[in-house]
Amino acid sequence: MWTSLRVGYLLGIRQIQRASIWTTLLIIFIMMLTFLNLVGVSGVLVGLIEGSVAANRNQYMGNVFISTPSGDPYIKDTNSIIQTLGNIKEVKDFSPRYIERATVEANYKTRRDQNELRDSVGSSVAGINVIKEDSVTGLSRYLVEGEYLNSNDTGYVLIGAKLLQKYAADFGEGFSTLEEIYPGVKVRISSGEKTKEYIVKGIVDSKVNETSLRVFMVEGEFVRFFDRYNLNVNEIAVVAKDGISEDVLKNIIVKSSDSRGFAKIQTAEEAIPQFLSDMKIAFNILGNIIGGIGIVVASITIFIIIFINAITRRKYIGILKAIGIKAGSIQFAYVLQSIFYASLGSATGVAILYGLLVPIVAKNPINFPFSDGILVAPIDDVMIKVTVLMIVTIIAGFIPAWMIIRKNTLDSILGR
Amino acid sequence: MISVKNIIKTYTNGDIETQVLKGINLEVQTGEFLAIMGKSGAGKSTLMYQMSILDEPTSGEITIDGTDILSLSTKEKTEFRLNRLGYVFQDYALVPELTAIENIMIPLLMRGLSTSDAREHSLLALEDVGLSHRVDNLPSQLSGGEQQRVSIARAVAQDPIILFADEPTANLDSASSMNIIDVLMELNKRGQTIVMVTHEKEYTLHCNRIVFLEDGKIIKEEKLR
Repeated sequence: MWTSLRVGYLLGIRQIQRASIWTTLLIIFIMMLTFLNLVGVSGVLVGLIEGSVAANRNQYMGNVFISTPSGDPYIKDTNSIIQTLGNIKEVKDFSPRYIERATVEANYKTRRDQNELRDSVGSSVAGINVIKEDSVTGLSRYLVEGEYLNSNDTGYVLIGAKLLQKYAADFGEGFSTLEEIYPGVKVRISSGEKTKEYIVKGIVDSKVNETSLRVFMVEGEFVRFFDRYNLNVNEIAVVAKDGISEDVLKNIIVKSSDSRGFAKIQTAEEAIPQFLSDMKIAFNILGNIIGGIGIVVASITIFIIIFINAITRRKYIGILKAIGIKAGSIQFAYVLQSIFYASLGSATGVAILYGLLVPIVAKNPINFPFSDGILVAPIDDVMIKVTVLMIVTIIAGFIPAWMIIRKNTLDSILGR
Repeated sequence: MISVKNIIKTYTNGDIETQVLKGINLEVQTGEFLAIMGKSGAGKSTLMYQMSILDEPTSGEITIDGTDILSLSTKEKTEFRLNRLGYVFQDYALVPELTAIENIMIPLLMRGLSTSDAREHSLLALEDVGLSHRVDNLPSQLSGGEQQRVSIARAVAQDPIILFADEPTANLDSASSMNIIDVLMELNKRGQTIVMVTHEKEYTLHCNRIVFLEDGKIIKEEKLR
């Protein structure tokens, strides 16, 4: 066995060393492209959804999202939960939000004809602690016009860009939007019998709908306007300290708080919208299918390379067999070549992936309607794909060598 | 040493059967230098392939050094060729990616010799054929005659009981051919059993015996010395 490997190693190494450098580079280049196709395409597909999930986490939910149970108007006994959160050392920060549905109307002062349609949209209004919200979601970073709210800005609101005609024109005719809105303009917010004018202080835009389709006001003003004097909020976004996983933090919060079913506590992963969850599964399947096709292409590539190599060297394979070189040695020589091409192709691919593609896509995310797509290439997943590629390559290198070697020795020598 | 009894070799191509060897009987003695001669298509190479276990006859018996070689498995045949037989082919048959010395070392390594021992044996074999100055040259850097001498060195480095040479001078000019014959003669003088196929009478003058084939049959034997 050892002798066969030793002889096969010498034959394989010499074939690699004395092959044309350009042919070798071309094969390695093809293997590198195959590897990038295998990892990159599925990485981009998954990255589109991961980008959206990450945006939801960073701009809306935090690491753990506490929300109102189905059928309840708000999280009952919010105060107790907030006190608990304040005492958990694994919690970095949290932002409670009051939410109510309301109608936002613009241009009502210039509306002369009472039969004319109102310039209004239905929207969620969020009452926020502006400092905590900015700390948890960085809401101020998503301002595209105007300024962020101050804690005492009782007469001001921030308005989501997708509620505005000038930012949401692409949404189509089916969606109502407000026209002529810019910082300093007054809008009228109505809920039930209550109506009040607010000045638009800023416009926020994000690919997370909960940011760009909401109206934000300071929590004190919200409580007064919507009569939420019980101070029970609708959602709390909680951010974990560095190094604390979402699952761990969720379990700590569940154990520490006596919510008695008053609140739904989920990790950001669990709380992602259903459509994103479905798309994530679909894109994963799609990524695996494309990856699978990549594997098949890689194996066929290697098969053809080794087959052509072996068939053109059939005479020498026959001679080696004639002088007593075992089939195992000759097969190992070809498998070694396959491993060489696959290893260098994969190594070059990994270098390009982590040295070039991931940083470039991270800096310049792919602009997708509901997310900024990133290139997802976790090292363990990449290593699994490298291993799969190596195994497939070894098999693809072995089969043609085996096919040629099992031919009659004399027929091989005489080229019959 | 070699005993060939009633060897028949038939090739089948569709419905057409061609009998290339028609009941050959032949004995080769230890230390003998036997030449097999005949016109093209007489069956001389086919006979050598059967005797050297590169092919299997349709019927008949072949024993080499007491071993019934037709009863051996494929694996056993490979080992028998490695350990007991040496081959020199018409077109040198060197592996193009291996240097002269590596071509000789490969079967020695396969026999389990260490790299240093294999190299030492190979150097001696190259010296024997007068190519100690071409050790690290690739086959493409050697002349035809030099390549054939490397091929002979590869065969004899294994110390085979029989050396089979299939038209070893066919692709060489007359000077190189004579040089190859001289090398083979020298080996035979040292006791090497050689079976050589050739169609050129002048290269058989130093053989012990010549067997003439025609249409798959031995038609004549000539003992020279």
